[in-house]
Amino acid sequence: MKHRLKFTARKLVRIALLLLGVSLAAFLLMDASPLDPLQTNVGQAALGSMSQEQAARLEEYWGMNTPPAERYLNWLRDALRGDFGTSLLYRRPVLEVIGQRISNSLGMLVCAWVLSGVLGVALGVLAGTRRGRWPDRLIRGGCLVVSSTPSFWLALLLLMIFSVWLKVLPIGFSAPVGTETAAVTLGERLRHALLPALTLSVTGAANIALHTREKVADVLDSDYILFARARGEAHIVCRHVLRGVALPALTLQFASVGELIGGSVLAEQVFSFPGLGQAAVAAGLGSDMPLLLGITVVTAALVFGGSLVADLLYGVVDPRIRRGEAKI
Amino acid sequence: MEPILTVERLSVTFDRYGQGLSRTGVSAIRELSLTVEPGRVTAVVGESGSGKSLLAHAIFHLLPGNARMEGTIFYDGAPLTARRAAELRGREISLIPQGVTYLDPMMKIGGQLRRGRRDVAARTRCREALERYGLGPEVEEMYPFELSGGMARRVLIASAVMDAPRLIVADEPTPGLDARAAKRILGHFRELAEEGAGVLFITHDLELACAAAHKILVFQEGRRVDEVPARCFQTGEGLTHPYSAALWRAMPRNWPEV
Ligand SMILES: Nc1ncnc2c1ncn2[C@@H]1O[C@H](COP(=O)(O)OP(=O)(O)O)[C@@H](O)[C@H]1O
Ligand SMILES: [Mg+2]
Repeated sequence: MKHRLKFTARKLVRIALLLLGVSLAAFLLMDASPLDPLQTNVGQAALGSMSQEQAARLEEYWGMNTPPAERYLNWLRDALRGDFGTSLLYRRPVLEVIGQRISNSLGMLVCAWVLSGVLGVALGVLAGTRRGRWPDRLIRGGCLVVSSTPSFWLALLLLMIFSVWLKVLPIGFSAPVGTETAAVTLGERLRHALLPALTLSVTGAANIALHTREKVADVLDSDYILFARARGEAHIVCRHVLRGVALPALTLQFASVGELIGGSVLAEQVFSFPGLGQAAVAAGLGSDMPLLLGITVVTAALVFGGSLVADLLYGVVDPRIRRGEAKI
Repeated sequence: MEPILTVERLSVTFDRYGQGLSRTGVSAIRELSLTVEPGRVTAVVGESGSGKSLLAHAIFHLLPGNARMEGTIFYDGAPLTARRAAELRGREISLIPQGVTYLDPMMKIGGQLRRGRRDVAARTRCREALERYGLGPEVEEMYPFELSGGMARRVLIASAVMDAPRLIVADEPTPGLDARAAKRILGHFRELAEEGAGVLFITHDLELACAAAHKILVFQEGRRVDEVPARCFQTGEGLTHPYSAALWRAMPRNWPEV
């Protein structure tokens, strides 16, 4: 237990350092961006009608004349106290914007994440246990095609099939247009989240299925499966193969949080889904430094958190680590 | 005595794909014949890579997918087909595999030995099998990585005697053990034979084979080159093949005095 706590503490320190690095990198990139926050956020017309003095005051207010190092340190100091500033685009506290966006995206992302894991492992086991036969070839071929397809293209394809031709699913947004937020039913939310979730999970599932298939094949070729057969065991797949595949699948599943969030930026763009990914794009294009830094830090924390959970679960699931540790 | 196991002209070949579509068979076992009698220990002695493990796996019809098998195997007087082998595995024929890698690393010993059965009878038999080889009930709760080399060997043997088998195939069950532990394990095989089982004892160690077996087959590159009663290796007489004569001369006790 003590060992595990130490391990977790070390990981947390690493994650903190990584977050620092990521935020600094995002800051430097944004600072080097040629987009003028004044122009992108105030608008051409408003800027034109502004007096020189007003514009200067705005620049002052947004801290455009402060040196970059000082601006970053100011941001960092406030962020450490939990204040991520105010979004230039939405004119609201960054955390509030992120919170609202996450509440839009979260259901969709979780659906996609669970679906990709379940689908991926199921297909991988199916293919691995029928190596070389048609289910295997079909699944492997499908997965290779899907994983070499850009996800935005896949999104467009799904959009065309389900929304344009079949007209069974909405074309975009997280709720029907023109409905009050309070009046949106859960069913409608689900219908709107379905296509983006499907896009993301199909790509994720393909990767997980291919990995799982390899692992299943390895396990089936292993000595201990031969011995299990020699002892006349039934249910080899349930008793031994799933057990052997569970760990790598779990790791992969938590490591895939990063890809999922990365993919959501594109998928949300295609489906006009007002989630975190879309806000990230808007913040980047709009030179909304506080919002972009906030989103960067939050998503990076999610990704690192995912890999931390994977590491910790490894220790819980793998007897070699769990028991080995107890002895130390 | 009616043999419990008869292997007749067994050949195992592997398909190797060369350049283009050319396919060549690499033969690992060639035209091998042997018999195992109930109540006796038959040893197969051969160096590493001579196809001993393949022989063991072939008897259980558990060869790798790229292997082809020819010849016939008779068990208890009737051909041992793949289907019959599947029925007999774990009931009448038992394998004692080569090492701890044959245990599922993610599963406790008890669960593996009981093969998913949870009834009292299975629990009792599992405990008794472990006890017979000096392993306490705490071993049931251990994972393979927690076993020492000697314990792992004994667990593998215990798993073979769970169901009172009539044929036991032991694939190199002694490497990594000190001389005393190895002797004890050989004693176990003799004991199993005395209870009526036929034992096929596979090893690369002629000394051990002499100590444990009634009959010794010398195996070289997938062929049987000699078959003699174990006592022949005491005196060196009756060895028909130069390879087995060379093996005999290589035994420490036959080294010439200097
Ligand atoms: N799956 C396989 N594919 C190709 N060749 C194999 C395979 N398994 C074993 N062999 C070959 O068969 C020979 C005999 O192997 P094995 O029975 O394990 O030897 P031993 O147990 O006597 O050390 C070896 O030369 C090995 O290279
Ligand atoms: Mg071997």
